Amino acid sequence: MTAVQERSPMPQEREANPAMDAPDRPIGYGRVQRKEDPRFVRGKGRYLDDIVLPGMLHGAILRSPMAHARIVSIDTTEALAHPKVHAVVTGKDLEGLNLAWAPTLSADVQAVLATDKVRFQGQEVAFVVAEDRYSARDALELIDVEYEDLPPVVDVRRALDADAPVIRDDLEGRTDNHIFDWEAGDAAETEVVFARADVVVSEEVVYPRVHPAPMETCGAIADYEPVEGRLTLYETSQAPHAHRTLFAMVAGIPEHKIRVVSPDIGGGFGNKVGIYPGYILAVVGSIVTGKPVKWVEDRSENLMSTSFARDYIMRGEVAATREGKILAVRTKVLADHGAFNATAQPTKYPAGFFSIFTGSYDLQAAHCSVTGVYTNKAPGGVAYACSFRVTEAVYLVERMVDVLAAELGMDPAELRLRNFIKPEQFPYKNKTGWEYDSGDYEPALRMAMEQIGYDELRREQAEKRGRGELMGIGVSFFTETVGAGPRKHMDIVGLGMADGAEVRVHPTGKAVVRLSVQTQGQGHETTFAQILAEELGIPPEDVDVVHGDTDQTPFGLGTYGSRSTPVSGGAVALAARKVKDKARLIAAAMLETRPEDLEWEKGRWSVKGDPSAGKTMAEIALGAHGTVELPEGVDGNLDAEVTYDPPNLTFPFGAYICVVDVDPGTGKVHVRRFVAVDDCGTRINPMIVEGQIHGGLADGVGMALMEFIGFDEQGNCLGGSFMDYLIPTAMEVPDWETGYTVTPSPHHPIGAKGIGESATVGSPPAVVNAVVDALAPFGIRHMDMPCTPARVWEAMQGRPTPPI
Amino acid sequence: MQVPAPFDYARATSVAEALELLERHGEEARLVAGGHSLLPMMKLRLARPDWVVDINDVAELRHITEEPGRLRVGALTRHAELLGSEVVGRLFPIVHDAERVIADPVVRNRGTIGGSLAQADPAEDLTTVCDVLRAEVVIAGRDGERVVAMPEFHRGPYETACAQDEIVTEVRFPVRAGQGSAYEKVERRVGDWAVAAAGAALVLDDGGAITEAAVGLTALGLEGLAVEAAAVLVGQRPDEALFAEAARLAAAASAPVEDGRGPVDYKRHLADELTRRVLRTAAARAGALTAVQGG
Repeated sequence: MTAVQERSPMPQEREANPAMDAPDRPIGYGRVQRKEDPRFVRGKGRYLDDIVLPGMLHGAILRSPMAHARIVSIDTTEALAHPKVHAVVTGKDLEGLNLAWAPTLSADVQAVLATDKVRFQGQEVAFVVAEDRYSARDALELIDVEYEDLPPVVDVRRALDADAPVIRDDLEGRTDNHIFDWEAGDAAETEVVFARADVVVSEEVVYPRVHPAPMETCGAIADYEPVEGRLTLYETSQAPHAHRTLFAMVAGIPEHKIRVVSPDIGGGFGNKVGIYPGYILAVVGSIVTGKPVKWVEDRSENLMSTSFARDYIMRGEVAATREGKILAVRTKVLADHGAFNATAQPTKYPAGFFSIFTGSYDLQAAHCSVTGVYTNKAPGGVAYACSFRVTEAVYLVERMVDVLAAELGMDPAELRLRNFIKPEQFPYKNKTGWEYDSGDYEPALRMAMEQIGYDELRREQAEKRGRGELMGIGVSFFTETVGAGPRKHMDIVGLGMADGAEVRVHPTGKAVVRLSVQTQGQGHETTFAQILAEELGIPPEDVDVVHGDTDQTPFGLGTYGSRSTPVSGGAVALAARKVKDKARLIAAAMLETRPEDLEWEKGRWSVKGDPSAGKTMAEIALGAHGTVELPEGVDGNLDAEVTYDPPNLTFPFGAYICVVDVDPGTGKVHVRRFVAVDDCGTRINPMIVEGQIHGGLADGVGMALMEFIGFDEQGNCLGGSFMDYLIPTAMEVPDWETGYTVTPSPHHPIGAKGIGESATVGSPPAVVNAVVDALAPFGIRHMDMPCTPARVWEAMQGRPTPPI
Repeated sequence: MQVPAPFDYARATSVAEALELLERHGEEARLVAGGHSLLPMMKLRLARPDWVVDINDVAELRHITEEPGRLRVGALTRHAELLGSEVVGRLFPIVHDAERVIADPVVRNRGTIGGSLAQADPAEDLTTVCDVLRAEVVIAGRDGERVVAMPEFHRGPYETACAQDEIVTEVRFPVRAGQGSAYEKVERRVGDWAVAAAGAALVLDDGGAITEAAVGLTALGLEGLAVEAAAVLVGQRPDEALFAEAARLAAAASAPVEDGRGPVDYKRHLADELTRRVLRTAAARAGALTAVQGG
């Protein structure tokens, strides 16, 4: 079921595929079936582990069983004696190559293989290269490591205690576990507003550690060719170009001698942004053995050692009038970054875009401060479709608005409606420095309320409460912040956050578009073909999309933070427009007229007033490459390349409403319904948009109800398998009900805003708000995720507990 | 990819051959049927048998046979086959209740009743089901077959009466007129091990009084049946107050431990709550004349 509301001057979506009715008519946007799916549904995708190179060896990593321990000795003699083992690499060996430590994406270093200490359970200690993956694993057991236990820092709230063990004694002069303090907004101004507010609510809100858990784990195949000094590196990477540059910096191999290939990726969600020790070890293994080396981690390795997400403890406060006007928000956050600060976000934003926690509301003041600390846990933190921590921000503000609604005795939907930024206020500058590009919030929330039957549900709830039944309705309204750069403000390790696209129209009118961004399953081969098709008026099936190979694609920062369509999508549109403009010059030459006498109808330049005289894109392409006498300054091709530096981020938004039933006897939560109304501006392929939303909603239900990476007191990871780290199945999620509005981005070439992470960002508060709403009869105003049966039952007993 | 330590593999096509292989390879040989417990443990290298003896081709172990007074189920019968069996559902609805919430369809297509009982995981469902149905287990060894009752068969977590060189071949369920049975589980997510579960079987006489009762708990630290809970039921007519008392006794008999699925008091609460629920359902299925709320 899909509801529609368009208030845009531009018709932004075609539901039907016009090509179905008129096969000769070129189309652009619409519900085009995904071009990549024929190979995926036939099992013909080509993932990293499908690649087999001649003579390839296999690597495996020995990992620390301890969270914090000094390495006394490592004996590899027996492992080296294994008949199928070609090499065993330890941290000491890497020290000789100056590779034992590698820079992180957050101006820190992390151990490739531990030399002095291990700092989290699962940390890399040694690397075995063997003839097959079985022998490599067998040989791991033959390595003898002697550890000397050290007390671990597990409880993040104790990480800054004076007597806390210092985790990062590798860093000179380190005497504590403090990483950074960062703030945004105006503390003094916010304090003034809080001091005179009628009502202030305050709550500790925990967004626990979770994991993106892509279906395909991380891996790499390194193939170092010593004669020419060339490295070909196949990697599960969301950012192949950035990885190549970093590898050149870290490994000392010149950048032009490195080719990074990112094949089909089985899900990334931010898990495949960073450079993991395993990638570097595959390269070392290939250099050492002279053969290609494949390393693919297993599920437990993925869950225990690669980039986790969230882990924010947030003290949230809201100031409001008694009538329900929200005046200000503020928060203090304690952020657990694990053993190395390896979060992936723009340099100037150590807490990502968390300062967007002002949400969708017109406020007088806001202030946030974030303190990042080290603990003996796996590094990471920015992942799982979080839009650089917008998900933590949205969860905090949407949870806190519900707390305020409870305090005021006001309906939570009504409270939101009263406080929205008004459409005429856009572009809206919020109190922490963001400029929201466009928005029209009220119609989206009203549409969601209407679609779910909000008033009727509230009546049903009241009736059920009378009978002791627990039903909850959760509302969440989010504003996303996606599509980073602009590059003058945003870089990752010095690389500006722009992305490129290169368009070539072949002589027969077919085209290729080469992208710097990298799909992980979200359909780039279709979406980007459609963008080009829309601009040039050629069918999307005539457009080939090339990505994931640094030898074949222009430079760019890659796919994360929902930035592919906002950034590379802008590049494709602008490159296509260059091609179109050039085509006009060539068409004019072919038609022996002046360019200004031509007009564009989709796919064709024709003479104004004489539509019969015109040239199609295919004809012009042939002309460009043929014998037509070209105007001066016009060279013989229909190619263009653009690197798009976004002038601002884009701000998608949405209204989500969730209905849950809670079993009063067991605390078990059943998600009965979920309505999601999204606005991502221009919708290029609504089917892909909905697919992205469905996936993100399932993420949200997962995080709200079950996903959690916990640790015991010794720092043992308690979420190291899918038996312990639960992700939702079709049984835990309802049939999604979606709707949409269209508010294009005014600054984007095609008005598109990005949709990849909206639902992951927006849905957790809807589910938790619904659970808390169901528990209102018990006097509950807040409980933390995950809302497992036991934790819900504890809340019903009046003792909701934080998960950490 | 997680890979097991090196091992050898043999495939048996009869019980006799499987027994012979077990004897030949001794202590370090393990049987594999559905493989959903053994193989993950091998991949994590927590189990490292030298030999794996595959009994999936032992056709004689795969049957559901209705006989007067009893139902015989071959040890290699898959969860999915139990769930798909009309006769199992008719005679013992508790088995279908449990099978619906055992793991997921992929596991149910492979996992077997014999494997479940022999593995004896403390959170395993069919042990409780067989307990309350007072089933018997047939064990074959080199010296022939023996039949043991569940209390004798199940000795505790991961421990049964089946010796290293023996095979569970069959499970026998007595059929009782007027019996109703039920099972209910709380899990964090479909396919997860039980947070807690309870099973019950009641036999009612023509006058509607309970003549036999059995209550069992899963993942709650109770080995065997909750005998005191059952004792208060016998001779009484089913009603809410009676069930509440039985549930209180079942909860008192439980000895749960805290883990990622919940704290002790929650699990003990579930022992009470779920016992009440399964008693209601079992009584309704036994044809209780008095309407039992929530049945």
